[in-house]
Amino acid sequence: MSRRAVITGVGVVAPGGIGTKAYWKLLSEGRTATRIITHFDASPYRSRMAGEADFDPVREGLTPQEIRRLDRAAQFAVVAGREALADSGIEFDQLDPGRIGVSLGTAVGCTTSLEREFIVGSDRGKYWEVDQSYAVPHLYDYFTPSSMATELAWTVGAEGPVSVVSTGCTSGLDSVGYAAELIMEGSADVVVTGGTEAPLSPITVVCFDVIRASSTRNDDPTTACRPFDKTRDGLVLGEGCAIIVLEELEHARARGAHIYGEVAGFASRCNAYHMTGLHPEGIEMSDAINIALKQARSDATDVGYINAHGSGTKQNDLHETAAFKRSLGAHAYKTPVSGFKSMIGHSLGAIGSLEIVGSLLAFEEGLIPPTANLHEPDPECDLDYVPLVAREAKVDTVLTVGSGFGGFQSAMVLKKVEGAGR
Amino acid sequence: MTRAVVTGIGIASPNGLGPTAYWRATLHGEAAIKPITRFDSANYWAKIAGEVPGFEAGRHLQGRLLPQTDHMTRLTLVGTDWALRGAGVQPNDIPDTDIAVITAATAGGYEFGQRELQKLWHQGPEYVSAYQSFAWFYAVNTGQISIRHGTRGPGAVVVSEQAGGIDSIGHARRQLRKGVQLALTGGMDSSLCPWAWVAHQASGCLSRNNNPKRAYLPFDRDASGYVAGEGGAIMVLETPESAAGRPGTRIYGEIVGYASTFDSRMPSREPGLKRAAELALRDAGMDASEIDVVFADAAGIPELDKAEAEAIKGIFGPYGVPVTAPKTMTGRLFAGGGSLDVASAILSIYWSAIPPTVNVENPVPEYEIDLVMNEARHGKVKAALVLGRGKGGFNSAMVVREYR
Repeated sequence: MSRRAVITGVGVVAPGGIGTKAYWKLLSEGRTATRIITHFDASPYRSRMAGEADFDPVREGLTPQEIRRLDRAAQFAVVAGREALADSGIEFDQLDPGRIGVSLGTAVGCTTSLEREFIVGSDRGKYWEVDQSYAVPHLYDYFTPSSMATELAWTVGAEGPVSVVSTGCTSGLDSVGYAAELIMEGSADVVVTGGTEAPLSPITVVCFDVIRASSTRNDDPTTACRPFDKTRDGLVLGEGCAIIVLEELEHARARGAHIYGEVAGFASRCNAYHMTGLHPEGIEMSDAINIALKQARSDATDVGYINAHGSGTKQNDLHETAAFKRSLGAHAYKTPVSGFKSMIGHSLGAIGSLEIVGSLLAFEEGLIPPTANLHEPDPECDLDYVPLVAREAKVDTVLTVGSGFGGFQSAMVLKKVEGAGR
Repeated sequence: MTRAVVTGIGIASPNGLGPTAYWRATLHGEAAIKPITRFDSANYWAKIAGEVPGFEAGRHLQGRLLPQTDHMTRLTLVGTDWALRGAGVQPNDIPDTDIAVITAATAGGYEFGQRELQKLWHQGPEYVSAYQSFAWFYAVNTGQISIRHGTRGPGAVVVSEQAGGIDSIGHARRQLRKGVQLALTGGMDSSLCPWAWVAHQASGCLSRNNNPKRAYLPFDRDASGYVAGEGGAIMVLETPESAAGRPGTRIYGEIVGYASTFDSRMPSREPGLKRAAELALRDAGMDASEIDVVFADAAGIPELDKAEAEAIKGIFGPYGVPVTAPKTMTGRLFAGGGSLDVASAILSIYWSAIPPTVNVENPVPEYEIDLVMNEARHGKVKAALVLGRGKGGFNSAMVVREYR
């Protein structure tokens, strides 16, 4: 009998609040948490806004050594990981650790710490030969982001397959897809997965500035990210983390676990087109959607809600609108679509997992969070994007998608599991 | 179950470019660890590395690719070209959606990143390259391979330090099982710039001995850490049916087993390397007695060497199987190392020879392993076990076998 992967625990660090409850409150109320950057002086940069998490590692219970050792993104993963473990109700110390895995998504890893240490070692870029005497003891952990999977694996006590998945802005979907594969093929019974990102540092801001991908609506940061709106002018960066406990269905049922939903289908595609550009037809994203639906044994007409990538760039919103139409046909026009980046910004390798968690909560609450800041619909984006206000709806199949630099296009189908009440 | 065979191997190693040059050098024990030339190492305590010599990117890649790629991406693209050529894959041989690209990364395009960080902080934001957004990040090689060869199938990137080179091939095999015909997979790594070098030094794993012959001595009583290098291998992995579609395609060998595990932080728990090897053997449906050689992780750090020797001894018995570490010639290659070891294992099978471990003179007797020292051993190799560990607790194992 084939094995199925279901979600039994979630934990969140997001702009607007720490924890799953605060996250859902923000989404369901359609509020935005993007603001002028406070982490550093962003005044020299073109885009000066972000969705920042008000995260205090001391208040969140991290120890002095954890705070010193861990990049902010790894701190997020540990804190959200602990919430997800508690939420799952799994007694992790009762499980065979060899059957527990970790799959963590991140796009830019510990860039913030690397940049901070580079500034010191090079004395603000003065020296090419960075001074070795200023190297901090955990510099190598920042150098390679696999260190973050190590931290999460330690948090969980995992001794099964552990890895970071880093496919740019689809990392947070792909890591969960990979985790589901580990469960379905039988390599693990529980995989703690998700994505984390704390990219808010000058080098990341500049990366998006120079290619003009980010919004310049600096005078109105709370409404700057406007997916599917005629006036949209780019993405707004964000930070955050969502950790998800993924479990084999029978394993979850045997302990009477609360099941949020099933990762029923997942596919990724390369677009072979451009490292940062998107072809307006959305063929590869559509391919990914079709394969994910097929794997989930779902028809296009089963999809009750689409959680869009919705980055708010001109090209992205057209690209995915085309992909939805290509895959869902006439049903695309009847399906509510919304984008969370309008509220929390684009947290690169974390956002896919944050979107999965928000979609699962939409199952629970019977409520579809809106696309914020959508006042003037772009006539070329002609689907139902649930503008401004959340909508009540009974949904049992969600499609969530992601698109990223490198040409990655991913799609996941989440399904409500029958007889899985708490 | 869908089978996965290797039909093309692209190698960029400090001791050879391409599988033929690499294999010849490796069988002859040609070491390539030397004083660093890529940057001035005067101000660093570690002064030697395995650099890939004679690689002129401009001879292989279009000019427009050069400003947008780090050195490691150039190595990757050229290695991929060689692997595809070796496999005889022509454009349109295989539907573009039936080709996956799965690579391993460690630190991304780090030299590129250092240059742009320096521009940002020394000159100002307007000097930062428009390519920085993707040239540094970990996903770059998969994206660039896909674009270069027009592959529109699944794409992925795994990061698990040095175990990642094996994990990427394991994940590529998974994609074949999910229905794609062919995967381009493996890792190529390079982080030989000052900003990477201080990170390598901070790892606490580099040898402080700067004599190239005495620095990296896994399983030796004088083991004192490893030497860092650059390079790796990209492979064409495909189903036998796919290979049969191109008559005359050479099949080097088959990937028959794979598993990965993780080390607990609790000292009471046993390290996971032995379990990874046992799971990989079980995945292959093979008994330890069928393995003709083990390509060791060979950390060169006494406690890690001891743990690996115990894992090998625990499975094969004392002196129960030849063990080798050709990476003593190149240094450890991070994401590239695991895939180069898998490539070496495949070549061992194909050419019926086990390459030697160099420079090791005094293996610790208590380890009780049959280390292949100094000279290659010639003779039939039907199956090999490849072990890899990544800093932080990652263990991966892969079983490769002759194709029949």
